[in-house]
Amino acid sequence: MIKITNLHKNFGDNHVLKGISEHIRQGEVVSVIGPSGSGKSTFLRCINLLEQPSQGDIEIEGQLITAPNACVDKLRQKVGMVFQNFNLFPHKTVMQNIILAPISLKLMTPAQAEVKALDLLAQVGLSDKANAYPASLSGGQKQRVAIARALAMEPDLMLFDEPTSALDPEMVGDVLDVMKDLALKGMTMVIVTHEMGFARDVSDRVIFMDGGYVVESSPPDALFSHPKEARTQAFLSKVLRAG
Amino acid sequence: MIDAINNSLFSPIGEDGMIGILLILNGLKVTLIVTFFAMLLGAVLGIGTTFMKMSSKWYIRFPANLYVGVIRGTPVVVQLVILYFIVLSALDVDKITAAIIAFGLNSGAYISEIIRAGIQAVDKDQTEAARSLGLSQTMTMKSIILPQAIKNILPALGNEFIVLLKETAVIGFIGGVDLMRAGEIIRSRTFEDSVPLFTCALIYLFLTYSFTFVLSKFEKRLKQSD
Repeated sequence: MIKITNLHKNFGDNHVLKGISEHIRQGEVVSVIGPSGSGKSTFLRCINLLEQPSQGDIEIEGQLITAPNACVDKLRQKVGMVFQNFNLFPHKTVMQNIILAPISLKLMTPAQAEVKALDLLAQVGLSDKANAYPASLSGGQKQRVAIARALAMEPDLMLFDEPTSALDPEMVGDVLDVMKDLALKGMTMVIVTHEMGFARDVSDRVIFMDGGYVVESSPPDALFSHPKEARTQAFLSKVLRAG
Repeated sequence: MIDAINNSLFSPIGEDGMIGILLILNGLKVTLIVTFFAMLLGAVLGIGTTFMKMSSKWYIRFPANLYVGVIRGTPVVVQLVILYFIVLSALDVDKITAAIIAFGLNSGAYISEIIRAGIQAVDKDQTEAARSLGLSQTMTMKSIILPQAIKNILPALGNEFIVLLKETAVIGFIGGVDLMRAGEIIRSRTFEDSVPLFTCALIYLFLTYSFTFVLSKFEKRLKQSD
């Protein structure tokens, strides 16, 4: 479904991604872990071209999205993204946040979009918040609305950029439950996360990144229980002890 | 005191028999007309200039930056005099129109900066969120950025209106009779200083105060969805 070949990204002199090649299959749930500054978020943001790769190819559903004439807006309609800081539109209600894109892009009529939105809000447990403004929601509620907003576009792939890092601890569970639910329904997901327990339970595969490289990529049990690389071991021994 | 008021405001002044207070009211009319239409012109120019400044092409950005730089770098009274006596001298333009154009040009440069700052104050995360949903740049601007920017822009625009209102007091430099100039005429003909000048000052103060009051009410309403 996603084929990434030799992906590089520079910010000026800062070489953030140093040649990443990955293949993510339809329905696969992939967690990306690693220390801060390892390039995890940049890697994720390259997949929907929020960052323009400096070099390398990304193919999604057979389309080479890094081609110069690729239609980026069309691609993004099929790739949902959830941000660390939710990024809800503060001047719009929860309902308006969710229906904005499908209506603006003429994928649904307003009536269809609203039915869909209510269904999604029920899925994330926020049916009663349709007419609330984002400012009145808690962090966990905001993030669940953000997930519903991304799902309203009926994406084939969902990207999560540290979705629980900005949340109070007691809110994390609600958001992770929604994501778990989504994984069980067969959504293809790439998740940058510091939630090791979640990565272990939900992922089909865990990628450990450090210094702009993919150091290790294995099923969660193998990676967490028997990390092959010394750097993976060092990282895991630190975060797992802390957790 | 009563005599002074009577002499300068309610008696004929000079040979044309004009009553002082009427001269002041006519001046006030000129001040308001110039301010209002200059603000309109400024808004149009300001919006256009902002979009030019956000262009990716340097030859579109350049004239916009030059315009803003020149206007902000020179006094408005110099701009007014140059425009009326040099630029528009060949065309038979009346003083009020010339003043509207001069103050409109001046205001446009400041308004473009206000709009630019308002747009830039909207978090770039908002753009990313909208673009990640597949919205185009134009849709993002229209549905996400501008509605939020407007909350930053409107209060600053209100201030610009107040600044502009006060700045029009230099219309006398090209011979136009605005509120300030009316006060000066009365002063020179009646040799009463305090009454005409304080009358002008109070009228300016009243205008800016009432406008500030309306503006603060309006700002409160804008903040409701926050």
